[in-house]
Amino acid sequence: MNEQHTAKAFDVDLQDLARMVAEMGGLAEKQVADAVDALAKRDTALATRVTAADVSIDELQHEIEEKAVLTIARRQPMAVDLRAIVGALRLANDLERIGDLAKNIGKRVIALNAEFPPPKLIRGVEHMTDLVLEQLKAVLDAYAHRDDDKAMAVWRGDEEIDAVCTSVFRELLTYMMEDPRNITFCIHLMFCAKNIERMGDHATNIAETVHYIVDGRPITERRPKGDTEISALAGMNS
Amino acid sequence: MTMANFTVPTVTNTVASTEGLVEKITVQNLDFFYGDHRALKTINVALYQGKVTAFIGPSGCGKSTLLRILNRMYDLYPNQRATGTVRLDNENILSPSQDLNLLRAKVGMVFQKPTPFPMTIYENIAFGIRLYEKLSKSELDGRVQHALERAALWNEVKDKLGANGQSLSGGQQQRLCIARTVAVRPEVILFDEPCSALDPISTAKIEELIDELKEDYTIAIVTHNMQQAARVSDFTAFMYLGELVEYGETTKIFTAPNDRRTQDYITGRFG
Repeated sequence: MNEQHTAKAFDVDLQDLARMVAEMGGLAEKQVADAVDALAKRDTALATRVTAADVSIDELQHEIEEKAVLTIARRQPMAVDLRAIVGALRLANDLERIGDLAKNIGKRVIALNAEFPPPKLIRGVEHMTDLVLEQLKAVLDAYAHRDDDKAMAVWRGDEEIDAVCTSVFRELLTYMMEDPRNITFCIHLMFCAKNIERMGDHATNIAETVHYIVDGRPITERRPKGDTEISALAGMNS
Repeated sequence: MTMANFTVPTVTNTVASTEGLVEKITVQNLDFFYGDHRALKTINVALYQGKVTAFIGPSGCGKSTLLRILNRMYDLYPNQRATGTVRLDNENILSPSQDLNLLRAKVGMVFQKPTPFPMTIYENIAFGIRLYEKLSKSELDGRVQHALERAALWNEVKDKLGANGQSLSGGQQQRLCIARTVAVRPEVILFDEPCSALDPISTAKIEELIDELKEDYTIAIVTHNMQQAARVSDFTAFMYLGELVEYGETTKIFTAPNDRRTQDYITGRFG
């Protein structure tokens, strides 16, 4: 395909959109890392900064939406261009949700105050976060390079996160059964784990969007699903 | 010149399923020549009954030429000839024995610029009907009214049927031409850039009309307006340099075309 449109300004519009999405992706990655860092280091100051910084992700999402709507109105995009613009909107949506989830972890760190869970428990959440951040980085790379193979690898790779999430849930359940005083922080930690697991889901959404942008067809294969909290709850009965 | 001298272009046909579709017009191995210039190269395409097929492509790609073959308009000019077959309901309309008047009654055409006859609105419609049928005054009145209604023009002109057709606005004139075409009860209607001289409201009216007309007719439309093709057609054919490059369901062509040339053209990347 020719890289350039006859109307050069259209190229600039599309490049701007892609750049804004990339910027938003970078911010979301940092928010996730910082939020879990605040949790691990019991750093309420950092957690406060995370909750405050979410607004800049929201602002970027609005800018992307505005730019996308204007570009559609001005250029009446077709085919690959239309998919790129619709894709940018979807990505912005998923990244905004990831930002919200990170903010929610920040809030929980603040709520926990001094009552912090043992580091051993947090390690599972950190491990999940590492996996999610890897996924997020890979899928944003796939977006930047319009790399369908890489996107599909992310799409198939969500399984492991789900599995770790389930094992974290199981572990937290045992702590809660051991001593009811553990329940408060365990519940908070459980929600943190769930938030991170959801971030992984958003990363697979983004992978689907990248596939759509590149290929134009929906994915036909079924996504491998790891354990969910439902099987964790089943484990409680046993 | 024989066919053997030509390379047969490959066409990307992305029509997922033709089940339930009836081929009203079938174009096979069609070549067209303006003198020695080969303007169409081995075109194979079908127009389905009750569907709108849009032909898009840059100027000079042969889309209007193809349209002009479907009612043998080119016969009016010397040194223009077509080879191959174009079947309308299994009858080869390129055959020398084809009755051209009958063909043009079956295959009506609406042009880029509105072309009302310099006569009254009523006569613009009645003129064509009289060529083919002997009707009583009241029957003729009914047919004129029906044609104007079909073209969504009746309400605007019913009180001034005696006015000159050329006194109407551009959009009204174009709808008058559509009414004139519909009046002789064609089976196929060819639109050659029907809206390029019209304002957005008149354009919307014509598009609405095309949508209504396709229930009863098979429609082919040539347009430079990509959004229009995307809006009004069921199937889209992309032509380039006299070749049919890609043909498929409109929804597919405008969201995820297969051929790179189609993509470059519809996204505005053509050199």
